[in-house]
Amino acid sequence: MTTTETTETTRSSPKQADDRFINRHASLMPTFAALGVLVVLLVAAQLYFGDFVSPGNMSALLLDNAYLMVIAVGMTFVILTAGIDLSVGSVMAFTGILLASLLGRGMPAAVAVPVILLAGAVIGLLIGILVQYFDVQPFIASLAGLFLARGLAFVVSLKSIRVDDPSVLWLQSTRFQVGDWYITPTGIIALLAVGIGAFVLQYTRFGRTVYAIGGNEQSARLMGLKVARTKVFVYLVSGSLAGLAGLILTAYSGAGYPRNGIGTELDAIAAVVIGGTLLSGGRGYVLGSMIGVLVYGTIKTVISFLGAEQAWMQIIVGGLLLLFILIQRFIVSRSERRE
Amino acid sequence: MGVVKHRLFWPIAALLTLVVVNTLSRPQFIKVTVRDGQLYGALIDILRNSAPLMLVALGMTIVIATRGIDLSVGAVMAVSGAVALTIIHDSGNPDNLGTVVSAVVVALLVALVLGSWNGMLIAVLGIQPIIATLVLMLAGRGVALLITEGFITTVNSGPFEYIATGYLLILPFAFLISLTAILLIGAFERRTALGMLTEAVGINPEASRLAGVRSRGIIFSVYVVSGLMAGIAGIIYSSNIRAADANAAGLFIELYAILAVVLGGTSLQGGKFSIAGTVIGVLIIQTLNSTILFLGVPSAQSPVFFALVVVLVVIVQSPRVRQLGRRPRGATGSDGTADKPAKAEVGA
Amino acid sequence: MSNHGASPPGSSIVEMRGITISFPGVLALDNVDFRLRSGEIHALMGENGAGKSTLIKALTGVYAIDSGEIAVAGRPVVFHTTADAQVAGISTVYQEVNLCPNLSVGENVMLGHEPHRGGRIDWKGVHEQAAEHLRSLGVQIDTRTMLSSHSLAIQQLVAISRAMVLESRVLILDEPTSSLDRGEVEQLFAVIRELRTAGVAILFVSHFLEQVYEISDRVTVLRNGQLVGEYLIEDLPRHDLVTKMIGRVLDDLEAISEASNREVDRSGVPVLKATEVGRRGVLEPADLEVFQGEVVGLAGLLGSGRTELARLLYGADRADTGSISINGEPVRIGTPRHAIEQRIVFSSEDRRGEGIVSDLTVAENIVLGIQARRGWRHKIRKAERDAVVAEYMEALDVRPANPDSVVGTLSGGNQQKVLLARWLATAPELLILDEPTRGIDVGAKADIQRKVAELSAAGLSVIFISSELEEVLRLAQRVVVMRDRREIGQLDSNRVGLNDLIEYIANTSDGSAA
Repeated sequence: MTTTETTETTRSSPKQADDRFINRHASLMPTFAALGVLVVLLVAAQLYFGDFVSPGNMSALLLDNAYLMVIAVGMTFVILTAGIDLSVGSVMAFTGILLASLLGRGMPAAVAVPVILLAGAVIGLLIGILVQYFDVQPFIASLAGLFLARGLAFVVSLKSIRVDDPSVLWLQSTRFQVGDWYITPTGIIALLAVGIGAFVLQYTRFGRTVYAIGGNEQSARLMGLKVARTKVFVYLVSGSLAGLAGLILTAYSGAGYPRNGIGTELDAIAAVVIGGTLLSGGRGYVLGSMIGVLVYGTIKTVISFLGAEQAWMQIIVGGLLLLFILIQRFIVSRSERRE
Repeated sequence: MGVVKHRLFWPIAALLTLVVVNTLSRPQFIKVTVRDGQLYGALIDILRNSAPLMLVALGMTIVIATRGIDLSVGAVMAVSGAVALTIIHDSGNPDNLGTVVSAVVVALLVALVLGSWNGMLIAVLGIQPIIATLVLMLAGRGVALLITEGFITTVNSGPFEYIATGYLLILPFAFLISLTAILLIGAFERRTALGMLTEAVGINPEASRLAGVRSRGIIFSVYVVSGLMAGIAGIIYSSNIRAADANAAGLFIELYAILAVVLGGTSLQGGKFSIAGTVIGVLIIQTLNSTILFLGVPSAQSPVFFALVVVLVVIVQSPRVRQLGRRPRGATGSDGTADKPAKAEVGA
Repeated sequence: MSNHGASPPGSSIVEMRGITISFPGVLALDNVDFRLRSGEIHALMGENGAGKSTLIKALTGVYAIDSGEIAVAGRPVVFHTTADAQVAGISTVYQEVNLCPNLSVGENVMLGHEPHRGGRIDWKGVHEQAAEHLRSLGVQIDTRTMLSSHSLAIQQLVAISRAMVLESRVLILDEPTSSLDRGEVEQLFAVIRELRTAGVAILFVSHFLEQVYEISDRVTVLRNGQLVGEYLIEDLPRHDLVTKMIGRVLDDLEAISEASNREVDRSGVPVLKATEVGRRGVLEPADLEVFQGEVVGLAGLLGSGRTELARLLYGADRADTGSISINGEPVRIGTPRHAIEQRIVFSSEDRRGEGIVSDLTVAENIVLGIQARRGWRHKIRKAERDAVVAEYMEALDVRPANPDSVVGTLSGGNQQKVLLARWLATAPELLILDEPTRGIDVGAKADIQRKVAELSAAGLSVIFISSELEEVLRLAQRVVVMRDRREIGQLDSNRVGLNDLIEYIANTSDGSAA
């Protein structure tokens, strides 16, 4: 049909095949790296402790960090748009104590749970509106959200409130066993969040718009995508998931506590970055964030097994974060030079 | 000069309003008494308690002026307090002035190193400030915890306690520290060319580079200063509670510092900054805090008020609100062609 | 390929009549008519400040028009947003390719129009359809690869392909070939010709004369915001085209011209001698010499490499090859500070982005150069500052004459003067000026040229870059001509006229150097 055929070289030498694989999956590289780190950690721990990788330990790994996994899913969405959400830890604390308080006043769980999810969504929505319609930097807008949620948590109660509602406690206390492996409903919720998040990002226009915004927001707009709506919505998602995390954490600890989640947003950001999502937006996967959370959880478990102080936790996470950022920067600057 | 007057007008007005409202509800608010040659009163308390935030906010101001941000200040405070207290605690004679002085010096040196670390990551390696300082924010507290071995180290040291609670002449020593910092930084920025060069770097880094300004050096040094300020703030904080609490020291202070800077009129985009504005911003925050406490609101709930303040400030400063008074020029690109034509320049 | 709109080839698809757009102080477009026809490639030509980009922005909905009307396929339209223009069938591919680099090729082509199956995106379908669209343009690439892994040339083709997915009737290509090599340009032109056959109206904006002649059917020339004319390309020889773009001298600048018509003593050591200075992908190695009191003009059209050379000489960019010596001494110039130490100063063509510091005052901008060199410790005393500022504000007639006014509020011409003042205040030996009179009013242009002539006669060496060739001829004693990022020759401007210079520049590569 045409006189000039334009093709790129299709010789399939091994190097070409490698290059093509890399070109197709370049943004997966950091996630593979994270998976590599996780494997190395698990192997090293196994060698050192002897019975680290046991069904019991691995099951606990998921359950102890289910709340963080849920938050990390929401954080992934936000960071993919080159934004950030500093409020998630406080929102989790607020919704957690709110749930405990409502249950304590006799509200049935079937009503209380949607209420707290809504509360999280509302705070997220407020942040999204500030970011999109008032041109406030995400850092500042979510900072306001952090203040608001933290203060509200203490308004609900200055002290912790125990939860006795069986339908909530069921989430954590029930275990579905397969041999020595077990999983609780909270774990299932976390995995569902990851699965649904991954699906949305990969198979819906909303999800693709999220990636497009992170790649080049101006271009996304010029290409006719619904950028404004999407940007607000990712913060709503993040807030709702923080609410869900509040439910999980409250079930896990059997109480709501207004001091929960201080610094959790930073842990989530670290997990997301370690999992291969770029802070500059546009690249990253929810599955990677899940791996990042598992890395985080493994380190925490190793530290407690070693009997070392929890302080090391923060140092190591900080160090890992720096390492991954430097690597990311190196990769990005190299790929920019190719163009 | 007209610009400065305009910029400080609202912050000063806000502060005065707060003071007036407080005085009306509790007349003893502005009462200052003299006892044993020392001043006391609610206002004096504000001046004294504002010292840590004042110091951190001063550092944050010049960092923000270069279009950067320093999230690590709280962690640096924690480390500084931990270092000083551990030295005093392990020295065996905590009441010795020499011990205290050397402990403070070492702590401040550590703070300088941490600030330089940030400066190197940002000015030399070119990492985004928010990320670079996030790393120290995470790791720093861990380091502080390690130094105190997870405990809250307490000491009984006269000279050390003096820092936060003592008086020099008639004023609280802590306040004098922050006053000195204000005057020194103000002098450095305005009596040398540093202020203008810093603003140039923040407003247009490329034009500054082409004009021969040492952008890298300036950016590096603001993080060092910020670290030092956080170090001093950490000393005052631990002196106040006579302990090193690695978890609580400086918690959220970076957020309040950023708020103070923004309240004082300095833009987060960088460029022109105002030390005086930040000072007023800090006083507003401190007075607001005092007001909230007086109202009987538990201090843990005060962040709600600050959330409202943040929202109010950013909405007022937002471009959309500023544009409400202007006639839109037809194709404003409300679908978001964000580069509204800058009409002065018609290029190709 | 689908039929793009029902208009038969040759009929007007876009008609713009009496378009006028003005900004404070500048009349960007003055009653301009413009017409695009289906199945035709139409070039829009004009130098900087001519109004090309303003016209395009009016057509794509970025700017609102002050007066005049636009009609698409016979129906009058008003564009409030860029989306309106797209809906009307007008697509634009910019130099910086507005796509998402982090997504795959196929996704970029189909973004927003992906086929769905069972409520979710059908990726197989996305890539099949994208590949189909690309194939119909003669482009065959793996659509699953990430966009950023491809060359700019391919990315442009992807952008064009996307425009076709949207069934555009008008395709605007804004400087598409600036970063392409010969082979990629061929490829692009083949695609454009395909589209022409399919009935798309193509607006081609480029400053590369040869390419305009190679691909276009018709050309419209703008100058100073006004329509010079619309011509069939075959009726317009190169020389005429360039003349129409550049036009005639409007002001009487005879005195300046005469003052510059002097002999320069080139017997001694040159102030600057650059040998084989170049940077891969940016500039072919070039030589340059400047003697004391000499104005050397760099002439050539946009993209010829003049700015690139200047930046290398100043250290704004780092050279890969070559050496520089100042007054006979070899020096290393890797950063602007090195250059400033050698008393070389540079005024960038991007005065807003790289020149003025917009939120600082006039006085602060003027002393910035001196202050930066002295270092932060030694603040310039108020008395000295006021004296320097007053001296240069008067010498260059900066208006308003208020040293405390914020520079961002001044007109372009006065901003340029402030920038010039900054550099002159440092008492340089060599002044490099890049497009100092672009986009500023006639009076300021004359002031700046006069000052340059004065100073060079008094011993200052100047490298003067301008797209306005008469300006270059007026001020320079020697003109270095550049094209396509290499130096092609030198002329003695005292003996050469405007026509000769135009000829020299417009000559094809098989024409010999004059």
